[in-house]
Amino acid sequence: MISLKGIEKVYRTDKIETTALRNIDLEVAQGELVSVMGPSGCGKSTLLNIMGLLDKPTHGEVLIENALVNNYGDIRLAKLRNQKIGFIFQSFHLINDLSVVDNVELPLIYRLMPNKKRRELALAALERVGLSTRTRHFPNQLSGGQRQRVAIARAIVGNPEIILADEPTGNLDSVMGNEIMDILLMLNQEQGTTIVMVTHDEHLAIKTQRVIRLFDGAQVS
Amino acid sequence: MLKNYIKIAFKVMLRNKLFTFISLFGICFTLLFLILITAAVDYSFGPVAPETKLDRTLSITMGMLETESGSNSMGPLFSPWFFRKYVKTLTTPAKISISSYFNSDVIYHEDKKIKLGIKYTDAEFWEICDFNFLEGKEYSAEEVAGTAAVAVINQRLRNEYFGDKPAVGEILEYNDKRFRVLGVVENVSILRIMPYADLWVPLGHSDTDLDFPTLIGGFPGWYAWLLAESTSDFPAIKAEFQQKLQHIEFPEGRFCKILTNATSYQEALARQFFRNEDGNIGPFMLVLLGLVAIFMLLPAVNLVNINISRIYERASEIGIRKAYGASSITLTGQFLVENIIITLIGGILSIILAAVILNIFNHSGILADTILTINYRVFLTSLGFAVFFGIVSGVYPAYKMSRLLPVEALEGGE
Repeated sequence: MISLKGIEKVYRTDKIETTALRNIDLEVAQGELVSVMGPSGCGKSTLLNIMGLLDKPTHGEVLIENALVNNYGDIRLAKLRNQKIGFIFQSFHLINDLSVVDNVELPLIYRLMPNKKRRELALAALERVGLSTRTRHFPNQLSGGQRQRVAIARAIVGNPEIILADEPTGNLDSVMGNEIMDILLMLNQEQGTTIVMVTHDEHLAIKTQRVIRLFDGAQVS
Repeated sequence: MLKNYIKIAFKVMLRNKLFTFISLFGICFTLLFLILITAAVDYSFGPVAPETKLDRTLSITMGMLETESGSNSMGPLFSPWFFRKYVKTLTTPAKISISSYFNSDVIYHEDKKIKLGIKYTDAEFWEICDFNFLEGKEYSAEEVAGTAAVAVINQRLRNEYFGDKPAVGEILEYNDKRFRVLGVVENVSILRIMPYADLWVPLGHSDTDLDFPTLIGGFPGWYAWLLAESTSDFPAIKAEFQQKLQHIEFPEGRFCKILTNATSYQEALARQFFRNEDGNIGPFMLVLLGLVAIFMLLPAVNLVNINISRIYERASEIGIRKAYGASSITLTGQFLVENIIITLIGGILSIILAAVILNIFNHSGILADTILTINYRVFLTSLGFAVFFGIVSGVYPAYKMSRLLPVEALEGGE
């Protein structure tokens, strides 16, 4: 599903050069639930961003469903992100000016779809994450756990084949964290969604099928 | 999608009230200035009574005469002899009129000093123009031919000279001549420089000898109006006139070349921007245009800066939208829509403000008999200015934003 070959990411400023990722080769199969672990600053989020086409590697190839996407232009990349990938971020990244349901609709407004259909799909996604009573609220009226559920609803509303989650439980207490993890497990098991999740939490990592460990930008297992 | 954009645009405007106020103030002030100029230009050059047939009218006003040594004279310089010999004889126009520009003068009547503008015209002048007669009528072709001592006056002159009483049949003394008033018309604003006057009399009363063979007509200047059956006749009229100029006499002896055209109002206006043989007030219009450009540019630069700040404040939203499938072009479109919405709001506010200011101006008497209004032409031009301003001030920030990688935007645009 996702292949990374010889990925290297170097950040350059005037004075220093920092290598965030070095020589990463990685395959994530369709339907897999994978966690990425490692100490802070080891390149976990950078790896996820490159997988999700949010960032470009300095060297190496990114393949999605065997298609090399490195050289895709802005419009093709946007379409690919829209159709194939759903993101969940640690800090939720909801748009505070939009209501819960409008936030969830976001990926669908970049597809040609009637308003009514879009609204139906958004409400169905909110129902799945147990937030059907909060559709008219705004993000700052919700708890952290509820916001993350909105973010999950947004990630799944377009029915993507891949979900990339960057420390989805990082800002939540353990009870809420477990609830979020249960939703991800359900998506993986019931729908066969491929999930790559960055986490610091060993208890969550245990629940995934495979753990990728990074240290200082390199893959160690 | 558009609904989503509009929703966001209003939310953002309400969120950053200070930014919104500064933006709206800049937009409002700039557009207000442009609307006022547009209203004045429209009133001066649009089809306003008595010049309601402007779309079918060509005029011959400016020109250039060149001597053998290369020196030249430019301006509204042609004589009645020139117009009568080379213009009045054209066959393609439906009607041809020759008139002088107005000449400022004073008359003393019953211990009163009355300032007035006098204009010498033929009978066709009244057929090409659409004056609103309050009483009486215009003078006829026979009266012009016989240089009858008859006159048409405007309402202001009637009130000052005769008191607020009917004036038709009464005698008005000017320049030791006794003119019988034939008609009284509504006042015309001085901005309508071609038909403007307070007193209109037949051509022959002018001090200029109408038959003296000379190309240069002298003060206050003369012009011709050519009324066409329709605009489709314009090329034929222009061609016939140029054909006549090929065989022109140069009675003064010192001139060897003449350049002039029959032009529509739009052409005459456009010529003012690009000085050529026909215009000697070009530089003034260029300065005016430059001032307008600077006036529009400074707030646009200010707005660009505000928009960049706004964009960076919204970097996270841009990152989210990119992550979920918005391309740079889509986001640029969104940002432009938002910017156009705010400039349209500014545009509507400035139209309301302009209406108030014009109302005060119209009642102030600064320019007598001038009623500046926001008609559909001014309104559409103003909306055009607003949209143009919105696009100009939105494109650069939108371009800057579109270059951000999603991950950079999510991290706050760093």
